[in-house]
Amino acid sequence: MAVAQALELEIAEKPENQRWRLALRRALAFLAVLLVLCALWEGYKALGAATQDKVPFTSLSLPVRADDKSMPHLWSIVGALFKPVQRGKEEILLVFLLRAALFTWREAAVGFVIGSLIGFALGVVFVHSALLERGLMPYVVASQTVPLLAIAPMVVIWGSRLNWPAWIAVTIISAYLTFFPVTINTLRGLNSPEPTARELMRSYAASNWQVLWKLRVPAALPYIFTALKISATTSVIGAIIGELPSGIGDGLGRALLTFSYYYITGPEKLYAAIIVAALLGIVFTFVIIQAERLTVPAQRRLAE
Amino acid sequence: MDNQLPVVSIRDVTKVYNAGGGDRVKALDTITLDIYPGEFVSLLGPSGCGKSTLLRLIGDLIAPSTGTVLVNGKSAHQARLGREYGMVFQQATLYDWRTVGKNVQLPLEVMNYPRGQREARTQKMLRLVQLEEFDRHYPWQLSGGMQQRVAIARALAIEPALLLMDEPFGALDEMTRERMQMELLSIWSQTKTTVVFVTHSIPEAVFLSSRVVVMSARPGRITGIIDIDLPRPRVFETRENSRFFEKLTEVRERLRHDEVKVASS
Repeated sequence: MAVAQALELEIAEKPENQRWRLALRRALAFLAVLLVLCALWEGYKALGAATQDKVPFTSLSLPVRADDKSMPHLWSIVGALFKPVQRGKEEILLVFLLRAALFTWREAAVGFVIGSLIGFALGVVFVHSALLERGLMPYVVASQTVPLLAIAPMVVIWGSRLNWPAWIAVTIISAYLTFFPVTINTLRGLNSPEPTARELMRSYAASNWQVLWKLRVPAALPYIFTALKISATTSVIGAIIGELPSGIGDGLGRALLTFSYYYITGPEKLYAAIIVAALLGIVFTFVIIQAERLTVPAQRRLAE
Repeated sequence: MDNQLPVVSIRDVTKVYNAGGGDRVKALDTITLDIYPGEFVSLLGPSGCGKSTLLRLIGDLIAPSTGTVLVNGKSAHQARLGREYGMVFQQATLYDWRTVGKNVQLPLEVMNYPRGQREARTQKMLRLVQLEEFDRHYPWQLSGGMQQRVAIARALAIEPALLLMDEPFGALDEMTRERMQMELLSIWSQTKTTVVFVTHSIPEAVFLSSRVVVMSARPGRITGIIDIDLPRPRVFETRENSRFFEKLTEVRERLRHDEVKVASS
């Protein structure tokens, strides 16, 4: 009997070394794409230099000028990271940007947590009340069609009237962008169990609370994580945009704004800031992916 | 048998879906049936005869349009609230974020059993379905037949007096299916649970049951109840016995008789 069972058992677990090989292959693919992008950038610059910014064999101008003011060499962007931010200051650009990124990330992270909790709570309310879902869902959707640029200054003004510290307004804006994908995916995930899985709970005379925590929420986790991965990046964007009208000087928002003022004299600095801002979103998303790995087994994760 | 109280007592039950709508369907028409303690009763019929509907009425997963369903002398609703039956579906319906052991514990968790008792009961049930080594495996690591055995262990975990099974082996291949039938009979003889078993397989119904309830479609009606007095324990050779074939024929004739009637009406 035991032998028969062992034969019946399909081994779904991957051996450890195979998992490492998969991780290595992913890292190599990422590096390869990065190299191709760098080659395209520098290739375009070389092309522009050779043809005086014309499309080869025509008199048409290239869409973007390839000179060092519009598109600095990659090495000068990297080089700028290790030069002082301003003449006469000791701090190099990299440290300055990382500090700004950390500051922005704190605002984004608080907004992300608040937004996710609100999003989850709305999903739970909607799954239990079709009436509330029908009544409120249009407003939830509409909230995301209003331009953030219009809402951000409003939140900042209200915040200052209430004498809040400026970062609170930024956090609210960040949460505002975060909650929507979480609401939608939580609702989908909570509704995902097949009818017999719910009938099973009914046969146990389980309470709504038990159905929620023993069936609906575990079933929804892969969906919720998909939303959290989206929200991790949008919360950073929300924080950066929120920093602009609120006059916060320590975050990435102000850094991006300042460096775009001085674009003519030092374009490398703006590109460096953009790269750091993108990295912040990537790192935040990566943290969420790791959290998912710890809570949801591979067989249940939705395709990335 | 007649002096015992029935475990399931169905009186004049009809079930109409979409009553009042244009697509009104009469799924069950005046069904009356008693099932006694320790019986193994199969509900057999073509698809659309309402056999699954009847099973769901006993489990109070749906409500009858008219008539009454009693389980252990109480209304089906009260019996469900009292957790007096276990249910097995065609799909194992295991929760795939839970290990095999945790799946079996699920009904006990819902009923707030203390942890020690839950674990002891789970071990006992996994032993009963011969899966005690797979306690910590996840459902996707098991074959279809093993998953269905876990589902049976889960249904029996609360040690119910009544086991409702809705085509539990319908998704399995023939070899696995015959082995599962033997195992189910062995479990049934050990637990003395009353079983109501929905199937559309004639040999399955005859091999397992003490009584086969033959149903016809549109509207779902009981057209005959056939006692299967084959000796127990039923073994592999039972299927090769001439009495087994006689019973198969009797059931098949009963089903065919209805078809002829429907065709000529």
